[in-house]
Order: sequence, then C-alpha cells, then structure tokens
Amino acid sequence: MKNFNFKTATSTKEATKLFSGRAAFLAGGMTLLPAIKLRLAAYSDLINIKKIKTLSGIKASSKSLKIGSASTHVTVASSKEVIKSIPSLSFLADGIGDPQVRNRGTIGGSIANNDPAADYPSACLALNAIIHTSKRKIPADKFFKGMFETDLKKGELIEAIEFEIPEKSSYAKFPNPASRYAIVGVYIAKLKKEVRVAITGASSSVYRSKELEAALTNNFSASAINNINISSADLNSDIHASEDYRAHLIKVMAQKAVSNC
Amino acid sequence: MASLIGSKVERKEDKKFLTGKGRYTADINLAHQTYAYFVRSTHARAKITNVDISKAKKAPGVIKIFTGDDIAREKIGGLIAGWKIVSQDGKDMKVPNHPPLAKDSVNYVGDHIAVVIAESLEEARNAAELVNVSYKILKAIVDTGNAMQSDTIHEGIDNNLCFDFILGDKKKTEESFSTADKIIKLDLRNNRLIPNAMEPRACIGDYNSSSDELTLYTTSQNPHLSRLVLSAFGGIHPEHKFRVVAPDVGGGFGSKIYAYAEDAVTAWASKKIERPVKWVAERSESFLSDCHGRDHITHVELAIKNDGKITGLKVDTIANIGAYASLFATVTPTYLYAPLILGLYDIPSAFINVKAVFTNTAPVDAYRGAGRPEATYLIERIVHKAANEIGMDQAEFRRKNFVDKFPHQQCLVHNIDSGDYKAHLDKALEISDYKNFKNRKSESAKNGKLRGIGFSTYIEACGIAPSAVVMSIGCGVGLWESAEVRFNATGNVSVFSGAHSHGQGHDTTFAQIVGDRLGVAIENIEVIHGDTDKGPFGMGTYGSRSLAVGGSAIAKACDKIIEKGKKVAAHMLEGKPEDIDFKDGDFILRSSNKKKTISEIAFACYLPGQFGDAKSPLPPGVEPGLKETSFYDPVNFSFPAGSHICEVEVDQNTGETKVVKYTAVDDFGTIINPMIVEGQVHGGIVQGIGQALYENSHYDDSGQLTTASYMDYTMPRADNFPQIKIDYTTTPATSNPLGSKGCGEAGAIAAPPAVMNAVIDAIGTDVSMPATAEKVWSAIKKNGYKKAAA
Ligand SMILES: Cc1cc2nc3c(=O)[nH]c(=O)nc-3n(C[C@H](O)[C@H](O)[C@H](O)COP(=O)(O)OP(=O)(O)OC[C@H]3O[C@@H](n4cnc5c(N)ncnc54)[C@H](O)[C@@H]3O)c2cc1C
Repeated sequence: MKNFNFKTATSTKEATKLFSGRAAFLAGGMTLLPAIKLRLAAYSDLINIKKIKTLSGIKASSKSLKIGSASTHVTVASSKEVIKSIPSLSFLADGIGDPQVRNRGTIGGSIANNDPAADYPSACLALNAIIHTSKRKIPADKFFKGMFETDLKKGELIEAIEFEIPEKSSYAKFPNPASRYAIVGVYIAKLKKEVRVAITGASSSVYRSKELEAALTNNFSASAINNINISSADLNSDIHASEDYRAHLIKVMAQKAVSNC
Repeated sequence: MASLIGSKVERKEDKKFLTGKGRYTADINLAHQTYAYFVRSTHARAKITNVDISKAKKAPGVIKIFTGDDIAREKIGGLIAGWKIVSQDGKDMKVPNHPPLAKDSVNYVGDHIAVVIAESLEEARNAAELVNVSYKILKAIVDTGNAMQSDTIHEGIDNNLCFDFILGDKKKTEESFSTADKIIKLDLRNNRLIPNAMEPRACIGDYNSSSDELTLYTTSQNPHLSRLVLSAFGGIHPEHKFRVVAPDVGGGFGSKIYAYAEDAVTAWASKKIERPVKWVAERSESFLSDCHGRDHITHVELAIKNDGKITGLKVDTIANIGAYASLFATVTPTYLYAPLILGLYDIPSAFINVKAVFTNTAPVDAYRGAGRPEATYLIERIVHKAANEIGMDQAEFRRKNFVDKFPHQQCLVHNIDSGDYKAHLDKALEISDYKNFKNRKSESAKNGKLRGIGFSTYIEACGIAPSAVVMSIGCGVGLWESAEVRFNATGNVSVFSGAHSHGQGHDTTFAQIVGDRLGVAIENIEVIHGDTDKGPFGMGTYGSRSLAVGGSAIAKACDKIIEKGKKVAAHMLEGKPEDIDFKDGDFILRSSNKKKTISEIAFACYLPGQFGDAKSPLPPGVEPGLKETSFYDPVNFSFPAGSHICEVEVDQNTGETKVVKYTAVDDFGTIINPMIVEGQVHGGIVQGIGQALYENSHYDDSGQLTTASYMDYTMPRADNFPQIKIDYTTTPATSNPLGSKGCGEAGAIAAPPAVMNAVIDAIGTDVSMPATAEKVWSAIKKNGYKKAAA
C-alpha cells in the first residue's frame, strides 16, 4: 500500500469539497482497499464517507424504497422495511460474499464500482432504480455503462438508491464457488408497468434481457422460458465458466427466479 | 489413576491460539530489523539478460539489493532434492541447479530474481518496483502430459525428464493380464493443488557478529532439517553456530517442510548487512511460490477374473514436479506413491512406471498425504469401475479382494503388520445405512436430484520412515525421531521432541503419553519443540509420523527414566531394582510395600545432598540428574486403513454437486486423544472433498497462474460440507511401542475417490477432478440425462 491522506467528511458537501487530485471516496473499503494493497490502484487522498449521516437510513413509501448509499449489505439484508417491501432485495444482500464483507461493504460502493459480477447492479436495473447523487438523479438504465464503468463524474457522490416497489420479484444467483460473486445472477421484477429481467455475471456488464422480458410479459411463468434459446455470443468465458455454460445458467436461473416470485 | 491414553484431554495449546496469543514468525520483531521484498519473475520461462538495480538502489530507505550474481559470487549452494531416484536404465535422476536467486534464467512465475532490503516494508516494495529486469522470453512448458515432447527447460535434461522409475514384476504382471477374464482401463488426472496454510510463510535471519551466531526464525515443519540443508548444502553457516527456530506455525500440510529460497536469502543477507532481515509472504506469494501438490496424469489397468478376483495391476504415471526438484519432490511420486497402489487388496502382481517431468510451474512437492492420495485415487477409482463392469456390489467386490491375513507381504514393497478391513467396512456400511441407499436415491430423484454413492476403502503407510525398510528399496534417507524427557528437580517434566507441532496438538498428545507412562499430571508436563538450540536433532513432522515415531521415542525415553528411577528407588528403599514395581508415578518395593514417588526420586537425583543422611540416595555408579534421550528408528511403516462412504446429490440442471452424507470408519491403531484425532480426520476429509469438487491450480498456456487468489482458487468453506460421521475400529500397530498408526493424512487420502466414485455413480459417466458444476453439467449433457437418471 502506498501512502495516502486520510480525510473524513461529515456532510456530502464537505465530501465533494475535499475531493481533489487523485482522490477516491472510501465507503466499506471492501473493493478499494484490496486494490490499493495489491498496488492495482494508488490515490493521494481517501475520503471517508461513512460518517456522513445523510448517507444512511432506509425509507419505504407505497411506491418506492430509498436506501442510503452507505448502508451495509447486512443492514439491507436485515432491514424490516426492505423485507416488507422488496424481500428479494434483502435476499440478494444476504447472499453477497461472506459475513465480513456484508458487515462492511455498502450498496453505494457496490454500484459505484459496477463489477460485472456484482449483485446489486442487477437489482437496480430490474427494479427501475433511480440513483441519487450529489449532483443529480440518474435512472439505472443510464447509470451502468460498461465493465467497472458508470455514469458518475469525478467527485460525484452517490447519496441514495431509490427502487420501485414491484408486484413480485426474485433474484436467483449461481455463485462462483471461489469468490461467491455471481457467475450468473438473474433478477426478475414484475413492476406496475413492465416486466424487467436483469442479468449480472454473464457479460462485461449488467444488462437487461429483452427476450426474457418479452417472454415473461406475455406469460409470467417459468414455462414461458422453456423454449427460449439464450445465445452465448457476447457472454464471458473464463476458467470458472464457458460462455455456453453461462448461457445455460441464465435460463436455469431465470426459471428459478420466476418460480420463486 | 484413569489412563490418559484414549482420553479426550482438552488441547493445552488452544488457550493461546484462541485468544490471539500465539506467537508466529511474523509476530517476532527484532531490534534494528530490516525488511526484505523479493523481485519475482513475471514470466514462466525466460533468460535474464540484465538486472538493473541502479535506480532502486537510490530509492529511500534502501539498505542493500542482492541479485543472483551476488549469491553466485559467494558460492551459496542451491536448494536440493533430498532423495536420489535411479531410473530404469540404471542412471541417476537428473536435477537442475536451483539457486536461491536466479542468475541466468527464470523457470516459473514467482521465481526469485533479487531481494531488496530496506528500513521498512513499504520502502522495500517501492524500490522493488524500480528494479528493472530484462528478459528474453521463451515458450513456457506447462502441460504435464506434453512436457516430455517439449523444448528442454534445463540444459542437459533431455525430454524434461527427471527420472523414469519402475517398481514391480513386469513379467509376472503381463502374465496376469494375459490370463485375465477382463481388463479394466482408466485414464486419470490428479489435479494440482495449492496447500494454502492459514499462516503464510515467513522468516527472519538474525546474525550476531560478536558471537558469529546465526539465528533463522522460520515457518518450518522441521527446523533441524532446514538447518542441515541450509548449512550442509547451502553453505549459509556452520551447523554448530546456526540456530533455527520454528515458533508457532499456522498449518503446513507439507508446504513448510522445505527450506525455501527465502530462508536461505534472509539468513545469508543478515550476515552480509549484520542486521536482522525479515520477510513475510503476501498471500499472492504463497499462491505463486509455496510448493504445490499432486499433478499426476495416470493410465491404470486392472486384470480381473470373472468371479471378481483381482490378479494384476499396471500403472503408468507422469508426475509434474514443477520447475526445480524440491526437497521431497522426488520421493513423493516414487517411494511414497508406487508401493501404495495396491491399496488394501491382495493383488498378486503389479508393475508401475513413473516418469517425473520438469515444467515451468511452481515446484511440486509433498502435500497432505504425499503420494498416497494419488495411489489411493487410482486404485479406488478402478476398483469402483471394475465392480460396476462385472455387475458386483461395491462392498462385495472389495471384501472379496481384501487382504485378510496378517502380517501380509504385498507383491511390491510393504509388509503390512496388522489390520481388519472387513471390520471397518462393515461398520461403515452400518453407520451409513447402506442398505437403504436406494430409498434415499429415489427421494432425491423426486427433488430432481441425482444421488450417487461412492466407496473408498483405503490403506496408507505412515510413520515415515524406518531406515531398514527404506534402505532395502534403495531410498537413501531413513527418518527416525528423537525425544528427551527431562525431569526438573521440583518434579515437573520438560519433554523435548524432534517432531514439530503446527496444528497437530502435540503439546497435549505427547503430554498424555508422558503423563500416562510416568504418572505425572498433564499440567506438570511441558512439551518443547521447534528450536534447534533446545532439543536434540529431530526430523520434524510430516507423513503422519509424529505419534508413531516421535511419540514412540518419547515413550522409550520415559521407559529409560523408569529404569533409572527403579535403581534409585531400590537404593533408597533398601531393595533391589528388580523388586521395584512402578505404577501411577510410584516406585514400590514389593516386599515391604514402601514407596517413593517419581517426584521424590527426581528431587533425589538432582539434589542428593538434601537428604541429610551421610548416605547419598544415589547408588554407586549412578549419575545424578534425571533426563533420558531416545532416538527411535521404527522397525516398519505403520498402515492405517479405513472405509469411507460418501453420498452426493447432483443438480442436473446446473451440474452442481453437494456432498450430502459422509461416513468414515478408520483404523488408526491405538488412539491417544480421540478429540484431536477427530479434528485431524475432519480436516483431512474436507481437504479431500476440496480436491474432488473445488480446488484446482491452473496455469494458462503462457505459464501464468490464473488461480492466484481466493477470488479464483476455490478454497472450500464450511457450507460445502455435511456433518461427517466418524468412527473407529482398532488393530494396534505391532511396529511401535504405542501401537499407533497415524491419522493426520487419512482424510485427504481417502476422500477424493469416495467423492468421485459417488459423483460418477450419480451421473453414470466419468468426470475429472475437480468435478466442478460445469464439468459435471457437460458430462451429463454429453452422456444424456436419461442414462444418468437411470
Ligand atoms: C471476498 C469478497 C467477496 C465479495 N462478494 C461479493 C458478491 O458476492 N457480490 C457482490 O455484489 N459483491 C461482492 N463483493 C464486493 C462487495 O460487495 C463490496 O463491498 C462492494 O463492491 C464495494 O462496497 P464498499 O462499500 O466496500 O466500497 P469501497 O471499496 O469503499 O469503494 C468501492 C468503489 O466505490 C467508490 N464509492 C464508494 N462509495 C461511493 C459513493 N457513495 N459514491 C460514489 N462512489 C463511491 C469508491 O471510491 C471506490 O471506487 C465482495 C467483496 C469481497 C472482498
């Protein structure tokens, strides 16, 4: 680890003001610190955002569920509001990594990082989320740009994530046995106006599957997927899973998710 | 007094470990300490054309940078392979020089090029980034199967062949095959594993220029052996002025047997700069540069008669030993492997050929089980296949072929002293409820799962290594063990062992032996190990040898104490030594029933004047003091055996396999502490399940290790395992005074074939280790779902 300045902000305003040069916001540090320790990244300044009160808290209305960006995975997993309004989201958070990671890692850090195998980005897409930042509100559809790439500008801080409360939803994940990230994760949500299917782990970035959405819009049942042929083009292939296996898993996980809805 | 043998005494050492008070090498910090960081090769195979340290030298905090040229100039010797193997053409094996810092070429990713020593670790690391190595990159040789057909890695070692070893009677075996009713064939891969001890390797070299003494603190399973190797072959420092300390060590599994480059370099560098030099591995360095395990490709054939009797076994193995021949690397795929291929079956003829090859991968050496898991895997897999092919029940087929008279001279090497194989198989069948497996299978089918059952009836050879036996088969070095039992004047006991505990619980088990033999309370016994300045020369801990060999040495030393005690007691009680009985810590004169406690005897031995009388309590000719040493060389290996039965459920949609039931019934001979044994068995089994389903060390074609972190290398976790049911049967070993056989590796040896046979039983087709979800899914897809479900 190379030396850096450690600064703690107590308000969003202070955090964005402190952000200058080669700086990074530090939330749970579960992604950032290993990268620094492995010397894959180096910063002049780390700005601790965990002391900013407005970044925590979970609020549910009849239409949406708003989660402060600094909420840890364990907070989301065990929140009564989340379990009541979107139980699949609690289930997702409970399946991230291991207890240590869930105790420190945050929802804001997860989506800011946009790991192609992370779980939360699929929830954001499927639940038509709005990302509230220090500058603006970004719809999830515009937020996730590509592998480890988001629409966030330099020094822009995620404040909260607002999810639409679905009629039904479910998340099915086939974890990488080593890291427990998703080899394939499928988030299915039946919203008021539409059915959304978001897929993580399978490609270079989280994406919505138009063909699964179309099939499920017609007939929201596992059998609707039976005859769909998922193409393996554009899917990841690595030592953990070939593109064909991932394509197969998308279907299996989608069926599982629909059945569990 | 209740016997301490067989009692679940709580581990004396647990308090410190569980409260974070263990003292590991990394916890040791010395005055004026410096920090070492190694510059490692980023290429699997390359010529080093230049190592430019000019920039790095000037970086803040840098004290000194050493390269391969410095090591060569000072004539520091290379790391050695401890056993010479002779090839079938009568020629000695070929091994390359393995300098602690590479000079002209690097041969695996992680190979050592230079060491930067600085005032802080951060500064050492920063400077290491400034060392500029120029390479001429060559094509990496990675694949075990193709290594012999590839470019020569080490000059003069044609076909990358270290040795071409044979064992057995070829002619007799061919005859068995020509008269067989059926020949079963199988091609197997024993996957390469990374040991992953919880504590990464670490060492501190500490040279004292005033006394010319060198101390090396290191994460070693055998400090005396490390000292010997570094002194005799490395020329680092003369043995009598060289102290090696292995303090608390957090797991080894074999990977900490060897003296590594880092040990040699930190020790030597400390002499050069006259300051302590500390190095602690980062986890990624552990992945890259700890010796890996297994990595065999094997073709096996079994000759059987129609009635199920096995008559012959033929094995061809290519063993990948990595870039260099590490300390035990040549003995592991030969003497620890080849004699064990017969399993616990009465097979009249066998022949095996092992070719060991060099590749551009990390050195491969002994890893929990060392050779025996590889042997057990091939025999148990082919026995499973044979029983299936002739349509015989798995248990029945095994029973029919079990050795059932002891001692039994096998057709290869071993003479098995004792065992009762039917006993542990029957017990395992009962505990696992074998007869109702069919019901469980249809229950699973209702949930869309394929259920399979797999057996592993195994044997292993522990207590390495009786000199007489190993020398008779041309294997150079016997591995005896030492112990010193030292009474202190106040009646408590210090026990010095040449074995080394790094998770095995010796502090407790050894104390139980001493307590039982000498009638001393456990809390008054301290077991001391891991410091060449404290105890006598010892061989260390590996190969499930500590109890059978090290424990026996302790028992022998205790017996000598009793013998001397009898002389002293007789003198004090005015009788003859032969009229003294020793029981529960008391020396009793039979005729008068008068007694002296062992603590009184100890006191008298050390402070004879204190008795006040004119007469000394010591008889004429008996020296003061009460301390005895034993060097114990066993008469034979010990042969633990057992029956493991595994049931798995396979999700045919995803290919995911779950072990749902696991039963282990083992015969470890006499058990001293059942609780510790249970822990060892659990640990071994989960490591074995890890090999079967999860773990794999993978190099890509360019020789980069693609599984170099826990993000990619699947270490199994608690939720991957079911409750494991454990039980024992007992036939005491006749080869050592304790009757113990060894238990540390059994689980890792038995489990892989038990799991794989279960997977294959479930899906009805072959699959290689690790049976990952994708591999199983592909196998099912290729073979057809229907057949699998049938
Ligand atoms: C062993 C392990 C297993 C894991 N398994 C999983 C898994 O199964 N599924 C999964 O989804 N994830 C997994 N993760 C990742 C985990 O969820 C991380 O916690 C998460 O990716 C990052 O969150 P963090 O709070 O730790 O962020 P940090 O590490 O602190 O930051 C990550 C990045 O986000 C930026 N950032 C953080 N907060 C904000 C903000 N509010 N606004 C703008 N930028 C911000 C940081 O500057 C940094 O660039 C795993 C991690 C580990 C170490």
